[in-house]
Amino acid sequence: MKAAVIVFPGSNCDWDCYHTAKTSLKAKAEFVWHEEENLNSYDVVIVPGGFSYGDYLRSGAIARFSPVMNSLVEYVKKDKGLVIGICNGFQILTEAGLLPGALQKNKYLKFLCKNVKIRVENARTPFTNKCKPGQVLEIPIAHFDGNYTADKETIEKLNRNKQVVFRYCSKSGSVSPASNPNGSIENIAGICNEARNVLGMMPHPERVADPILGGEDGEYIFSSMLNSLKK
Amino acid sequence: MYLVKVFVRHKKGILDPQGKTIKDALHAMKYKGVGEVKIGKLIDLKIEAKSIEDARSQVNDMCKKLLANPVVEQYTFEIEEI
Repeated sequence: MKAAVIVFPGSNCDWDCYHTAKTSLKAKAEFVWHEEENLNSYDVVIVPGGFSYGDYLRSGAIARFSPVMNSLVEYVKKDKGLVIGICNGFQILTEAGLLPGALQKNKYLKFLCKNVKIRVENARTPFTNKCKPGQVLEIPIAHFDGNYTADKETIEKLNRNKQVVFRYCSKSGSVSPASNPNGSIENIAGICNEARNVLGMMPHPERVADPILGGEDGEYIFSSMLNSLKK
Repeated sequence: MYLVKVFVRHKKGILDPQGKTIKDALHAMKYKGVGEVKIGKLIDLKIEAKSIEDARSQVNDMCKKLLANPVVEQYTFEIEEI
């Protein structure tokens, strides 16, 4: 099993993802510079968080045109493996059109860096098959542009196809404006594509996938991926 | 050579937290007459093109692909020959 961690100028969660790919995905992890043009040998591609190209213009807007992104689009189309985009990685995937919608500035104009609770809305994806439906995970967020936005039709389609994978919630799992940290429509914290081979999420599971980091809830996501790739 | 001014704005109905914060600040400064405030971007660029139509079509493409995100933004631009 091989995992690629894509590195853009300004990525800064790449080492955390590399570590997690080795420990939780049990993969041979490799950094892949954004100028690479072939991803076909990998079972998993991780698009890590950070500030690719300094977030210039819009978060993810410039990274989306890196050479590696064309190969990523091909990779997804040919269903070569699983792609997970975390935080800035999620923003890049939406800019590239691999996931619908966009991530806007947080509603209260604050950079948010804290643990949040998210509810598993769909436990039948390759990224959540080790979770129970409705399970509440505690995973940190660290972002300024995490406010998920899309038009009404897109939101309806996401709901209809069960593409909303995570929503921000309270400790008990209730989803309400009070448990929405950033103003995302319908508390959306993570979505997948229709084919279920791409996940984008604002919270950082790689930061809580090792007991030494003070939490292991992120492990559910990586062990689900491992589980589905083994099949 | 043409000088292009591209204006990128939020689409209607898209939340603009920066605009709202500025409006609140202006109200606090006693500019009570201030209504909606919206933040956008102005991008100046110079471009060599065969004609103004050619420049316009290139800029249109750039806006769609990179300068604006059609999910949340709309754009307009002005061109003048320099």
